[in-house]
Amino acid sequence: MAGQVYFEDINEGDEIPKLVKNCSSQQLVMWAAGSGDFYQIHYDKDFAQSTGLKGTIVHGALKHAFLGQMLHDWVGEKGRVKKFGCQYRGMDYPNQDIACRGVVTAKRREGGENLVELEIWAENPEGQKTSPGTAVVALPSRK
Amino acid sequence: MTQPSIITDEMRAVIGQESDPQAVEVDRSAVRMFARAVGHGDPVYYDVEEARRRGYRDLPCPPAFLGTPVFLPSQPPRAVYTGFKSPFKRVLNGGTEVEYFDEDICAGDVLTSTTKIADLGERQGSLGPMLIIRFETTYRNQQGKVVAILRGTGIQY
Repeated sequence: MAGQVYFEDINEGDEIPKLVKNCSSQQLVMWAAGSGDFYQIHYDKDFAQSTGLKGTIVHGALKHAFLGQMLHDWVGEKGRVKKFGCQYRGMDYPNQDIACRGVVTAKRREGGENLVELEIWAENPEGQKTSPGTAVVALPSRK
Repeated sequence: MTQPSIITDEMRAVIGQESDPQAVEVDRSAVRMFARAVGHGDPVYYDVEEARRRGYRDLPCPPAFLGTPVFLPSQPPRAVYTGFKSPFKRVLNGGTEVEYFDEDICAGDVLTSTTKIADLGERQGSLGPMLIIRFETTYRNQQGKVVAILRGTGIQY
């Protein structure tokens, strides 16, 4: 992982390092077990197609967790992810890149914490934001 | 002309009603399984020594992980339980937001969760009328402190 990021070093408009994921069917099975979501549209192609989908799709909650991973890796050992959420607007598919990205929208000090607000999203290979959302993280100060 | 609302008085009556508390265990195996499923590379989610070196009591819970509710065959899965009869059969997950508070959640914690429907909405979608259900689940730790709030949007159509 990259070195520790500090509150003073970031500015509104900064893009944080993106995290590119690409789900194998194995990963979706692991997520089913890890999250307890065993809905078959995520690992059984025949079942997925019987519901009108073109194939299996990536769990929305897994994309949420990917955004969490991006934030966790960015804030480093001394930072904390405070709040993050996203909407599931579009479907993502296995074996396709899912790029998780974020841009700083505001900075503020509150209750002794250095808070950073971000717009976050996951996008598909066409660049469409399939899971847009927002986040708040706390970063350490150099002072 | 105004469409009649799909939200009935029976539905409205459940808004704000807290569910019975449910035990949510955060254990090392589940933390590791979750972290592995997401693809986390940070050893803090796998190695207890590393977690302690970094000031955690035990393996911390990865973002979006809030432990595993104790499964009881006699109870319906919480995700689909609304407390009212819905006219819709199909369900979509509309979104998820999680908020954490001062106390870290770590393996070994036994949280208590309560869920309520915070709000109901409706929308005319391309597939017909949609019922939008905003759930809110509050997690408290062994000391009774609120450690997380999970907000979810369910869509029925």
